Amino acid sequence: MNIYNVGIDIGSTTAKLIVLKNQEIIYSSYERHFSLVKEKTIELLQKAKEYVGENKATIAISGSAGMGLAQSSGIDFVQEVYATAKTVKLWSPDTDAVIELGGEDAKIIFFDSGIDERMNSTCAGGTGAFIDQMATLLNVTTDELDELSLKHRKIYPIASRCGVFAKSDIQPLINQGAKKEDIAYSIYQAVVNQTIAGLAQGRQIKGQVLFLGGPLYYLKGLGQCFKETLKLKDNEAIFPKEGRFAVAIGAALYGSENEKAIDLAEVIDNVQKSKKVLSTDKILEPLFASREEYDEFNERHKKDYVPAIDISSYAGDGYLGIDCGSTTTKIVLLSKDKEILYSFYQSNEGNPLEVLKNILLELYEKMGNQIHIKGSACTGYGEELIKEAFGVDEGIVETLAHFEAAKHFLPDVDYIMDIGGQDMKCFAIRDGAIESIILNEACSSGCGSFIETFAKALGEDIDAFAKKGLFAKHPVNLGSRCTVFMNSSVKQAQKDGASIEDISAGLSYSIVMNAIYKVLRVSSAKDLGQNIVVQGGTFLNDAILRAFEKEIGGNVVRPNIAGLMGAYGAALSAMKYKTSSISTKEELKCFSYKSTSANCHNCGNNCQLTINTFANGKRYITGNQCNKVLGLKNDSDASNIYEFKQNLLSSYQGRPGRRGKLGLPMQLSNFELYPLWYALFTELGFEVVMTPLSSRKTFEKGQFTIPSDTVCYPAKLMHGHVQTLIDEKVPYIFYPCLTYNIKETGTDNNYNCPVVAYYGELLHANIDDMNGSILLYPYLNINNHQQLAKELYDCLLPYFKDLKHLEVIRAVKRGMAAYDDYRRLIEQEGERLIAYARKNNRRIMVLSGRPYHVDKEIEHGISKLANSLGFVVVSEDSVYQLAKENKVKVLNQWTYHSRLYKAAYFASENPDVELVQLVSFGCGMDAITADEVKAILQKNGKIYTQLKIDEIANLGTIKIRLRSLIGALENRGE
Amino acid sequence: MEKAYVEFSKEMKDDGYTILCPTMLPLHFEMLVNIFRNHGYNVVQLKNQNANVIAQGLRNTHNDACYPALLVIGQFIDAIENENFDPHKIALLMTQTGGGCRASNYISLIRKALAKSGYEYIPVISFNVLGLEKHSGFKLDLKIILESLYAVLYGDLLMNLSNQCRPYEVNKGETDALALKWTEHLADEIKREGVSYKKVKQNYDLIIKDFKKIERIKDKKVKVGVVGEIYVKYSPLANNSLERILLDEGAEVVVPGLVDFILYTCHAMHTDKELYGDKGIKYPLIKMVYYWILKKQKDMLNAIKRDGEFNVLSAFDHTQTLIKDYVSVGGKMGEGWLLTAEMLELNENGIHNIVCTQPFGCLPNHIFGKGMMKILKQRNPEMNIVAIDYDASASEVNQLNRIKLMLENGREALRKED
Repeated sequence: MNIYNVGIDIGSTTAKLIVLKNQEIIYSSYERHFSLVKEKTIELLQKAKEYVGENKATIAISGSAGMGLAQSSGIDFVQEVYATAKTVKLWSPDTDAVIELGGEDAKIIFFDSGIDERMNSTCAGGTGAFIDQMATLLNVTTDELDELSLKHRKIYPIASRCGVFAKSDIQPLINQGAKKEDIAYSIYQAVVNQTIAGLAQGRQIKGQVLFLGGPLYYLKGLGQCFKETLKLKDNEAIFPKEGRFAVAIGAALYGSENEKAIDLAEVIDNVQKSKKVLSTDKILEPLFASREEYDEFNERHKKDYVPAIDISSYAGDGYLGIDCGSTTTKIVLLSKDKEILYSFYQSNEGNPLEVLKNILLELYEKMGNQIHIKGSACTGYGEELIKEAFGVDEGIVETLAHFEAAKHFLPDVDYIMDIGGQDMKCFAIRDGAIESIILNEACSSGCGSFIETFAKALGEDIDAFAKKGLFAKHPVNLGSRCTVFMNSSVKQAQKDGASIEDISAGLSYSIVMNAIYKVLRVSSAKDLGQNIVVQGGTFLNDAILRAFEKEIGGNVVRPNIAGLMGAYGAALSAMKYKTSSISTKEELKCFSYKSTSANCHNCGNNCQLTINTFANGKRYITGNQCNKVLGLKNDSDASNIYEFKQNLLSSYQGRPGRRGKLGLPMQLSNFELYPLWYALFTELGFEVVMTPLSSRKTFEKGQFTIPSDTVCYPAKLMHGHVQTLIDEKVPYIFYPCLTYNIKETGTDNNYNCPVVAYYGELLHANIDDMNGSILLYPYLNINNHQQLAKELYDCLLPYFKDLKHLEVIRAVKRGMAAYDDYRRLIEQEGERLIAYARKNNRRIMVLSGRPYHVDKEIEHGISKLANSLGFVVVSEDSVYQLAKENKVKVLNQWTYHSRLYKAAYFASENPDVELVQLVSFGCGMDAITADEVKAILQKNGKIYTQLKIDEIANLGTIKIRLRSLIGALENRGE
Repeated sequence: MEKAYVEFSKEMKDDGYTILCPTMLPLHFEMLVNIFRNHGYNVVQLKNQNANVIAQGLRNTHNDACYPALLVIGQFIDAIENENFDPHKIALLMTQTGGGCRASNYISLIRKALAKSGYEYIPVISFNVLGLEKHSGFKLDLKIILESLYAVLYGDLLMNLSNQCRPYEVNKGETDALALKWTEHLADEIKREGVSYKKVKQNYDLIIKDFKKIERIKDKKVKVGVVGEIYVKYSPLANNSLERILLDEGAEVVVPGLVDFILYTCHAMHTDKELYGDKGIKYPLIKMVYYWILKKQKDMLNAIKRDGEFNVLSAFDHTQTLIKDYVSVGGKMGEGWLLTAEMLELNENGIHNIVCTQPFGCLPNHIFGKGMMKILKQRNPEMNIVAIDYDASASEVNQLNRIKLMLENGREALRKED
């Protein structure tokens, strides 16, 4: 055995080094490497050399970013989870489980019965880097975030699956004025839930638990959150002082098994000599080939500007526009000739109200008595909050505000592309009206704030970072999906030895390609339009603007106020006012607000509310799904088929029967077939138990048995429903496997999707503890009554010896009749709603998806939101029978989808009907249906709107989309 | 129901239209292509695998469409634009299973992509045995089906033997050269002599004899099985050259053959009769075909067993029995239960380390891959499975890191065995 062992661990953000002498640590170092992997490694090795001296040592490298270096310098590599297990086995043999968080990895190792190692899948990014990102969002350092978390009083639900989703949960909380302390701890809770649900997957974490890795070493609140969630006692949750070094120690131990000890000077030499290898496949064109090109580019873009005049030289009327965006607040004050008197652009630091108050006070100071605000308008994410708080005259949908502004620069603009901090908005314009609106879905973010966080992670400020990319010679191709993937791609590029310059330019390309090919989905950038205006703060970045022009192969207009277009448009819109109700200087000075949280108990939804109370007594409430809390009558009762279906389904109440209870988990296919199973089993003498509609709690209850974190949310909820039945000790739980669904006419086949069809198999294989309940998941043919009776008889007979075949035949008959009745009721209600809408002159929305989208937890109250915007809401399965045409260009072989296509035709055939498609994140089927539905609608001159939903749905964003849709329809004169 | 698609007509065939087919299993496909050419179809297997393939795929496919669809579309568009084909004299060939997995819609996705790029006139031929679409210029007769099946069997044999020789060969490249030599020889022989089953069986022996001659070292290497969604499992373009990575890491790769998938497809069709009481004259026929192919698979496996030098996996009918108490044979979309079965088959044959590959978000694999891992590991603690998702933007580092973890554990188990 060699006396000296060196272990190096290079993770996504930090490099760690350990020197062991006779298995004792004599030196350790933990530093951020800012992606300079090679340089940092040499630096660390040189320090280690001081301790090892002239002696020889063994050495091994671990960590995801160390892989490439190990290869090129010939040092042994050991996988990090394996390394951790090595450390733990030797130094802490009593451990039952290890939880280790790194920059971008999360791992759990179980030791209690044989070693079982788990790593997060490639989709579930997050952890350390995720916490950093969230801290940036709250405008605090990671240490401050931790301190805040220790003072929390309340936990908000934050989507735990992936960073991008969590972000869209946190942003509204910030905008709604939730306390930073509470958000901080909620972020931790999200990380904890993700780790436990995603990695332990039902295996209990108990006994002595070791917490390792940088984040768990530094962040006390995070450790506490783990401890509380896992209900660990003080002596069971162990945070060792070498926790950060577990992987490096493991690497050193791994090396110690090696006979080959070498002089560290030689190692340093090898590392120094190791070549950076870049694969040519991954290189893009430079943004600028020469300085001249850059100068020409600058000249060209200088031309698009709004004149600004000195505010002190102007006297008279002013018009104020406010854009309270997701991360920044912008204001513009215009003269009566539309010149800019004053503009301001500031990060809202997680506190938009305070920020805006100060901005306004400053503005009033500058205006003195010479300028009087005659009109004001606000737009953006925080539109309503700002409007209530400061008495702004008008709130306008941001898409329309942007269109207003863009027209000013390019009157015949036909395409506007806006990339902001968090969101991306694009609209095509035809005949002076917005024709289609595309917003980025939660998954394909990768917008401005992303590049900013990235710059910070690499130790740069955003401007300097972006500039570096301008003259990069070999921009790396980083791919074009979501943020989480980009993180990994950057890691990959670092491994390949790409420079910061090349990464910076690569990120600019990524953002642009993401926007063009992922969000807009055009096959060639030329499809966008002839007269394109690009805007949003992100485009102020020359590198991104240039990448965009290169990618579309043409020039575009970028106004000098690209970041202020929303505010500018709002100000233009405010010019129609003669007097303004905006808060005066005095009112502002004593402006204060209090934000409290509460639960609404007006219905079963129990919405979690944030109530902002302003000094003038006005209140602004967020978090509500409907208007009941505001003391307004809900109009939805008579105009929403989602509610109708919810009520109808819950009216099938089981009654005690001689064969005892049988539970139907209310998810997936049971939403369609419940009436069938209900009548059938009631007839057989069972008391049918239906699980209540889902809630967040349902998800949490079942999350520990979900094996695949990329499956759709409805499927995930299934676990909670089954668990509910198990907890209630319902002896039989029924979710049949149905390869084939109900046959519809005019289709190629009648499949279910694989998840709906076979989820019973998965439930059986993943829920260990049935606590005596029996899961019945027979394969059934529901299109043949005789066969169905036979199959059910075979399935039930082992448990009910007295069952008669004839009895089942009769029950099937009953069931089928009940199902037909149910379908008829739905279709009748659809037709009634259409007649009702026409009589009352209201717009009709086919809020379409799958039968299980009726679940409140899945549709997230979108149907009620649509109601509140004036739509009468019907569903695809209540109107598809009215369609005249049914021609599709895809294989029409899934029952639910065939209804969707017909519903799209129905919308196309009726001018007062719009179709909005709900798509569950991760639904592979909708990759096919969405394109087809869109094609059907667009062929007929209709606007296609898609809403992506998952664990969370950002109702704020959805509202903007639906309001924009209405705006577009109004513009078209419909 | 009326369907708008461009038919591949008899005239087109006679006019010598080039029929492009994507790459999946280069060895198998090379022979299949030759067979089709012998029958007057001017088929060309695409070999383009550059970055533009992925870029074109991204450009022309829906964000959430599965990765194989994206790659196949990218490969077609890239070839049309960058290789010297006359777009007015080509057709595309794509398989269509008609199962409940979205892969059945690849054909429509390809057509949409073509239309988007202005090639809506290019016919896309559906290669299916269900009669989903009809093309007067593309008809599968019994002879061509038979020859194709033999090509698949040859391919499976060559793949199996190559996998067992390549990691151990003393002269680097010898195995691949031999496999290539045989592929060419067999295609040529089929062209000259047609196929007789007697000849096929003789060839098995000759192939085995030839592979035995490869000089090999006697190392004990860690064996890694590869299973998963069929395209990603086999195609190096899709799985970032997984086999190469495993070889470089010093592992021996074991991949179940393609004929198992064909047998599975027959078996799956037949379950409609058994599970759902479907009637029809097609069922006895399917059953006959199934048993006939099964017999052929066994003949091939027996040839290897008889010789004794190389290992074999199980015959399909045995593999199928392994899923008892795990999943039902009713689970038949995508790879369905076969995926679970192959993991058990590998484990039973002493290959405990497994990479389960799938496109990101693959629907059937939620159930039969990831969904079964818990129960598989619970009942077979020796199993060491890693699930890897493939996708245009998935990071190779992350994939590699997880594969390395699986390998370290595999090596440790191997050391313990010694």
